[in-house]
Amino acid sequence: MEHYTMNLTLKVWRQANKNVVGRFETYSVTDISSEMSFLEMFDVLNERLIQEGKEPIAFDHDCREGICGMCSMYIDGRPHGPWHGTTTCQLHMRAFKDGDTITVEPWRANAFPVLKDLIVDRTAFDRIIQSGGYVSVNTGVSVDGNAIPIEKEKADKAFAAAACIGCGACVAACKNSSALLFVSAKVSHLSLLPQGGPERKTRALAMVAQMDKEGFGSCTNTGACEAVCPKEISITNIARLNSEYLKAGLSADLSPTS
Amino acid sequence: MLDSKIPAGKLEEKWVDYKGHCKLVNPANKRKLEVIVVGTGLAGASAAASLGELGYQVKAFCFQDSPRRAHSIAAQGGINAAKNYQNDGDSVFRLFYDTIKGGDYRAREANVHRLAEVSVNIIDQCVAQGVPFAREYGGLLNNRSFGGTQVKRTFYAAGQTGQQLLIGAYQALERQVAIGNVKMYSRHEMLEIVKIDGKARGIIARNLVTGELERYFGHAVLLCTGGYGNVFYLSTNAMGSNVTAAWKAHRQGAYFSNPCFTQIHPTCIPVTGDHQSKLTLMSESLRNDGRIWVPKQKDDPRKANDIPEDERDYYLERRYPAFGNLVPRDVASRAAKERCDAGYGVGTTKQAVYLDFRFNLINKYGRTEANKLGIENPDEATLVRLGKEVVKEEYGNLFDMYEKITGENPYEVPMRIYPAVHYTMGGLWVDYELMTNVKGLYALGEANFSDHGANRLGASALMQGLADGYFVIPYTIGNYLADEIATKAIPTTHEAFEASEKEVAGRLERLMSIKGKQSVESFHKRLGKIMWEKCGMARNAKGLTEAIAEIQQLKKEFWSDVRIPGTINEMNPELDKAGRVADFIELGELMCLDALERNESCGGHFREESQTPDGEAERKDDEFMYVAAWEFKGESNWQLHKEELKYEVIKPSQRNYK
Repeated sequence: MEHYTMNLTLKVWRQANKNVVGRFETYSVTDISSEMSFLEMFDVLNERLIQEGKEPIAFDHDCREGICGMCSMYIDGRPHGPWHGTTTCQLHMRAFKDGDTITVEPWRANAFPVLKDLIVDRTAFDRIIQSGGYVSVNTGVSVDGNAIPIEKEKADKAFAAAACIGCGACVAACKNSSALLFVSAKVSHLSLLPQGGPERKTRALAMVAQMDKEGFGSCTNTGACEAVCPKEISITNIARLNSEYLKAGLSADLSPTS
Repeated sequence: MLDSKIPAGKLEEKWVDYKGHCKLVNPANKRKLEVIVVGTGLAGASAAASLGELGYQVKAFCFQDSPRRAHSIAAQGGINAAKNYQNDGDSVFRLFYDTIKGGDYRAREANVHRLAEVSVNIIDQCVAQGVPFAREYGGLLNNRSFGGTQVKRTFYAAGQTGQQLLIGAYQALERQVAIGNVKMYSRHEMLEIVKIDGKARGIIARNLVTGELERYFGHAVLLCTGGYGNVFYLSTNAMGSNVTAAWKAHRQGAYFSNPCFTQIHPTCIPVTGDHQSKLTLMSESLRNDGRIWVPKQKDDPRKANDIPEDERDYYLERRYPAFGNLVPRDVASRAAKERCDAGYGVGTTKQAVYLDFRFNLINKYGRTEANKLGIENPDEATLVRLGKEVVKEEYGNLFDMYEKITGENPYEVPMRIYPAVHYTMGGLWVDYELMTNVKGLYALGEANFSDHGANRLGASALMQGLADGYFVIPYTIGNYLADEIATKAIPTTHEAFEASEKEVAGRLERLMSIKGKQSVESFHKRLGKIMWEKCGMARNAKGLTEAIAEIQQLKKEFWSDVRIPGTINEMNPELDKAGRVADFIELGELMCLDALERNESCGGHFREESQTPDGEAERKDDEFMYVAAWEFKGESNWQLHKEELKYEVIKPSQRNYK
């Protein structure tokens, strides 16, 4: 792999806290190596801002290996930037060329208020899980792990849905700020497995109700969520959720509150 | 005197006996007892969920925006359990034995045996929660092999096992949050332990969004705050992983054990330049199917695929024929360093070796698939195509990650890998009940020292975190809290809370008032460099002595010249980081002191002065068969206590993987 260095112009959203109005600021960075990750390029810029006595840019990040779901930059109009199936932290600078201008914003959604600069509040996702995104078993079950065989195909599908990292890119990409890909991934993961069976109806109803309550918008099937998901969660999960939701709703003895 | 409180009786009966006789708290009293859990990784989330289910009032804290982000999520390869589903001779005893041996005989027998016993329950628990483990076509759970063992006992979910297990524990935790048994505080960082009459009774935490200091009471405090690998700056840990909570506890009297026992993982993506902020692991499970080699010829200019078979040195298979590529991590790391130091390294920096999948891709997977499809005499291209599909299913996300970082396709060319800091076996000293020597203060998971001795085997960290949280603490904490049922919740206006908060506020103000010239990051990098060069894969008395002096100097410089922008009462990631780096600096000194004091080689701790003629780690059991437990006595001042290790069932011997 040939490496190169580049000079770039960055337009970055700055906002001191959630109560003030934000704005774009322009920065130039020089001698950026194509081997750097996108966040390492931000590290370089922040170090310089500190040296200049300015405030560094606040952004969420932690594992820097694409799995914790914390990083969340909206890069050139696309959550997590130009690479398919990739989180911001795994995006590397060889995706860009010398002289590029890159625009970086936080996730934009009413349900994800900006806390500072590029950091948003995603606790709405935790509350959606609280509404039913689990199997109600206490610690200490004594059923052997191999007591219930699970078709490999179903187990694999459940795994594919469970690969969601809860980053919120789906919401950021959606023109309606819908969280349906996130919700459907969890509903699919658990409804595909026998262990999730007993609660599948209440779960689907309760999680959708909580999603609405948090202020996420409706799904209009444009598929932007799937296109930007760093874990390539499929929108067939949304179809599955719709089916689960309909079936649950048609059961006369069930409503989200009963 | 350190009392490890190991129950009497036969090894295999200790835990059963303990559970049968420990004190219980009745459900009505549990509702009056409050427990603080700091950290929400596998240990913290599983503990908080389980204690909530039992009816305790739990407050859980994490510095990330959600408990699901904790770094357990990044564990890749798998979790061990002595299920013996493979009928290949596994048992609780064998898992216990492998773990003790893998740890180079520096762990407690009783703790490790308990770990092996509960390992089987963990798998059952996780399956019941809906953790989507890998399965075979018959619908049953699949296993893979890991280092330091000759059976297949590792359960997994592709290369994302940690994620799936943590999401399982996180969901259980959120279920308790919904019920109201657990109150969750995310974006909060614990900055002090509050002690009243010698017992841990609460914490001071900083709200990382507003910058405010907050006080929380608990009848007991659990630290599930992970390891301290980031003391090296570059490691496979998350950027936020830190020692601060454990270090505050240490300064409040909790002993820190075996701090020099750090794990350098053999298969990580090599460093590319000074900009590097972290290192990325390539799972040990890859050593199932990947063969590690370097060219036999120094500075071989050819591309890897152009070097013929007989000009490759599969040095692990050569040196350790019995375990081959599956030797424990410490052994594999040193062997890689040895080859690179001798001039056989590959890549631009020459600090890398090859991890090559082509052999198994073709011969193992390709052929099996061809046989299944009834293809006779398949050509190499067919085998590669068929093998790739299987390898993709097993390790797809790891291969993708490698390609994103390096720009090279590991299906086509071998990976380049090099050892990197990954895990810390040392941690807060705890007794059999996971309580530190401070009453009511517990340490679980990687934050404690107890189960892995001087080297942890692969796929055992997930096992320990969940064992501690799901199956150990729910019993042992009751044994303590049963005597606390008369203690009413102490109001946080108590003078001890007042004093602790004042202490924390003073420290933050001191940091902010320095207004120096150098960034926090630059100090962290310098500390990391000292630690890696002098307290890394090989250590000696001269280097360690120098390191201690250099770290003391760095500490002075930090406290007189660090520059932290912004203010205290706002979201300020640089201030968060400054507090953590200040603690890493103090810890670094203690690590070097511990490494200096332990003049033997064992597991991941390699003292150059103590090696066998063929370069293997040489233990000195007559002098060092103990757990080092360091007591904080003041700045740069520690007192060493020793807990003697008694082996009643296993006879320690020089580890042999040949």
